[in-house]
Amino acid sequence: MIRFVPRERTPVWLSLAVSIGAGCAALLLTMIPLALSGAPVFSAFALMAEGAAGSGFALAETLTRATPLIFTGLAAAVAFRAKLWNIGAEGQLYAGALAAVAIGAGAITAPPYLLVPLVLIGAAAAGAMLLLLPVLFKTRFGADEVVVTLLMNFVVLLFVQMMLEGPMKDEMALGWPQSAPLVDEATLPKLFEGLRLHSGLILALACAVGLHVFITRTVWGFRIRAVGENARAARYAGLPVGLSMALVGAISGGLAGLAGASEVAGLKGYLTADLSPGFGYAGIVVATLANLSPLGVVPAAIFVAGVFVGADSMSRAIGVSNYLADLVVSFALLCVLVGGLVTRFRIVYVRRSAA
Amino acid sequence: MHPDPRPLVLSLAGITKRFGPLVANDAIDLDVRAGEIVALLGENGAGKTTLMSILFGHYVADEGEVFVAGADGRLAPLPGGSAEAALQAGIGMVHQHFALAENLTGLENILLGTMPLWKLSLGRRAARARIEALMVESGLQADIDTPVGRLSVGEQQRIEILKALYRNVRVLILDEPTAVLTPQEADGLFATVRRLAEKGLAVIFISHKLHEVLALCERVVVLRGGAKVADRPTAGADRAMLAELMIGRAIPARERVPGAPGAAVLRLAGVYVGRPGERDRLEHAGLEVRSGEIVGIAGVSGNGQGALAALVAGLAAARAGRVEIAGEAVTGADPLARLRAGVGRIPEDRHRDGTIGGLTIAENYVLETIGAPENQRGGLVRRAEIRARASAAIKAYDVRCPGPDAAIRSLSGGNMQKVVLARVLERAPKLVLAHQPTRGLDIGATTDVHRRLLAARARGAGVLLISEDLDELFALSDRIAVIHAGHLSAAMPTDGLDVRTVGLMMAGHGLEDAA
Repeated sequence: MIRFVPRERTPVWLSLAVSIGAGCAALLLTMIPLALSGAPVFSAFALMAEGAAGSGFALAETLTRATPLIFTGLAAAVAFRAKLWNIGAEGQLYAGALAAVAIGAGAITAPPYLLVPLVLIGAAAAGAMLLLLPVLFKTRFGADEVVVTLLMNFVVLLFVQMMLEGPMKDEMALGWPQSAPLVDEATLPKLFEGLRLHSGLILALACAVGLHVFITRTVWGFRIRAVGENARAARYAGLPVGLSMALVGAISGGLAGLAGASEVAGLKGYLTADLSPGFGYAGIVVATLANLSPLGVVPAAIFVAGVFVGADSMSRAIGVSNYLADLVVSFALLCVLVGGLVTRFRIVYVRRSAA
Repeated sequence: MHPDPRPLVLSLAGITKRFGPLVANDAIDLDVRAGEIVALLGENGAGKTTLMSILFGHYVADEGEVFVAGADGRLAPLPGGSAEAALQAGIGMVHQHFALAENLTGLENILLGTMPLWKLSLGRRAARARIEALMVESGLQADIDTPVGRLSVGEQQRIEILKALYRNVRVLILDEPTAVLTPQEADGLFATVRRLAEKGLAVIFISHKLHEVLALCERVVVLRGGAKVADRPTAGADRAMLAELMIGRAIPARERVPGAPGAAVLRLAGVYVGRPGERDRLEHAGLEVRSGEIVGIAGVSGNGQGALAALVAGLAAARAGRVEIAGEAVTGADPLARLRAGVGRIPEDRHRDGTIGGLTIAENYVLETIGAPENQRGGLVRRAEIRARASAAIKAYDVRCPGPDAAIRSLSGGNMQKVVLARVLERAPKLVLAHQPTRGLDIGATTDVHRRLLAARARGAGVLLISEDLDELFALSDRIAVIHAGHLSAAMPTDGLDVRTVGLMMAGHGLEDAA
């Protein structure tokens, strides 16, 4: 018989092992449908690995893909730490992208060292504003933020589509619903000649480190952790519960907004309604894989990005659908959730007595 | 001595259970006869819970066996590791925290788990008849048609006992049953338990309240550090003796020393808190707590203690009337403002309000003062500084823990309360709010809390002690006020005050005259 005994503390190595183990287990589980579809399992995986990290180009593609996932993963991690269930990173990403275009597509003329920060700040502010509303509803009226943030994703996406069909439509784009391109002064510089990898990655890494320091070392980080663990006791102790929640909302929404700005200003150059293939939702998976640790978000985002990029390349080579990537990521999420059992409980085997 | 003629119904033989190097139960023997009320006495961590968990199949003993009498009266070994087997053998337990589904009625809760899954109807009519017969037989009256969430705690407990009786238990284990009851309800429970025992039910009564053990039980088994240190009739035993057996050293009897009151640190005049319809409210309350004295508030739970505590702690604001702390008028509900005014608050529920389980001991220690310069510099937490001070507090308050970085949820209730005390008292508050400060604590920890409160008084703090334990109030308070239905009596000097008078006032008699 097996019994689960709650752990007092989870050692760091164990959380790490569970995350890595979940990734490996997900790849193993994916072998089953892969084999059933008649594909050569091992060469498929080899192709996937090659496609994700087999060359400098592949690696750069993976890191490019990981950049928005780091932002949205951080957005989910900081919010979930405070038990603010922000499911709206997708909408906040688009709000950020929209703000980036509004500022950077010619409305303001300024040198890059002014315009780039302005674009980023504007995008973060837009994302933050979008999440502050549900936080206000939650703290004032007790409205469930899961429902509000989730539904706002659709509202924002429709709003973006309206803007792209109307006021922000690029007249030069031959009728395609897309915004005018950002001016050169507003774009994030590329990191290497001839690769798509851009300096948004550096910003994302800086955000991860900054968030880690913020949560573990600062007074406001302390307050946020306290409120997330036990809001009642935090209020009793005189901590500013509402303000802490608002701060979490601003940070989380701001990070998601930066994801949008980084995609527009670093990669695409203009805004379309299919800017994000679900980066906002994938951020939740990334944060969960990372066990809500800001530093852990970076490898988790690279893993998820690698799976997607690798699966794309593999499907081109041997004709297996690239939906396989979704499968791997879904399996990884499930495995981490099961692994959560191990981090929260010690598993004890109880031998039945002879009687 | 005549051998006891009553048949054995339960026999634990040489039960040993180890958790790593810790021996939680060390070769414990325990026999229980039909119709016997046996007390299982011991401090937190003495091994009571482990022993009962083995009996219930939650743990399997490393050594030893459990024998239960079958229908024919013959003892047979109980298979370990199976709660189902224990239930079938007629062992029932009423836990301190009830296992009731709050949205179901009493009837449904009693039936829960007794019906085969494939049966479509619950057979309510037959069941109701049986439960009603049980209620008459046992004297346990309860409303079984209302969702139990709306019943009083005493009534919920009666339903828990009925649930056990409905399953034909022959051994009933009551785990700290009076912790949630008023003195009157506890007396009612004891009468019921005696009646059930007369009908042949064996009762194991787990407690650390000595006067209850002496009043109710005929035999007492004392556990200490995992071993059985005594198994004797209660006749001829007294509280001092049992206390000494339980903690292994003599507890010095403490004479109440009067305090030296000074200026008022808390003054309420005509204060109203909460809406008139609520039970937990204050109606035109007046009270004064002076520095250097302890003022006790007696009352049956839910008569306005919560409102009074919330007002002083800063969670609630007065609807009308004047509240002064240390001579300054306070308004509004702001815990931080109360802290700044010099109020130290020991909340009633340390898990819910007093500590944050996932944070470390050191972090909980600075929870109220994290913004203060000694804990942060430029918005950065001074971690080394905080750890050092938390380590000192752990030593000074004798908190048993692995260190300042351990999660506070891993501590026992007594040690958790010590951390709260350290946090509250280290700031030398002018007014200490102690709301049920010893609820759920064992004797050792309780003595410690009392010592700390008296030390705070000696230092010149005024202490507002809200408690449901009259012994505690009489032992510590310089003056006692009684609260009933939101009305607060005048505070009466403890010297010359009679427990009976206070008891009557708690029931609402004569409160108007006193006020």
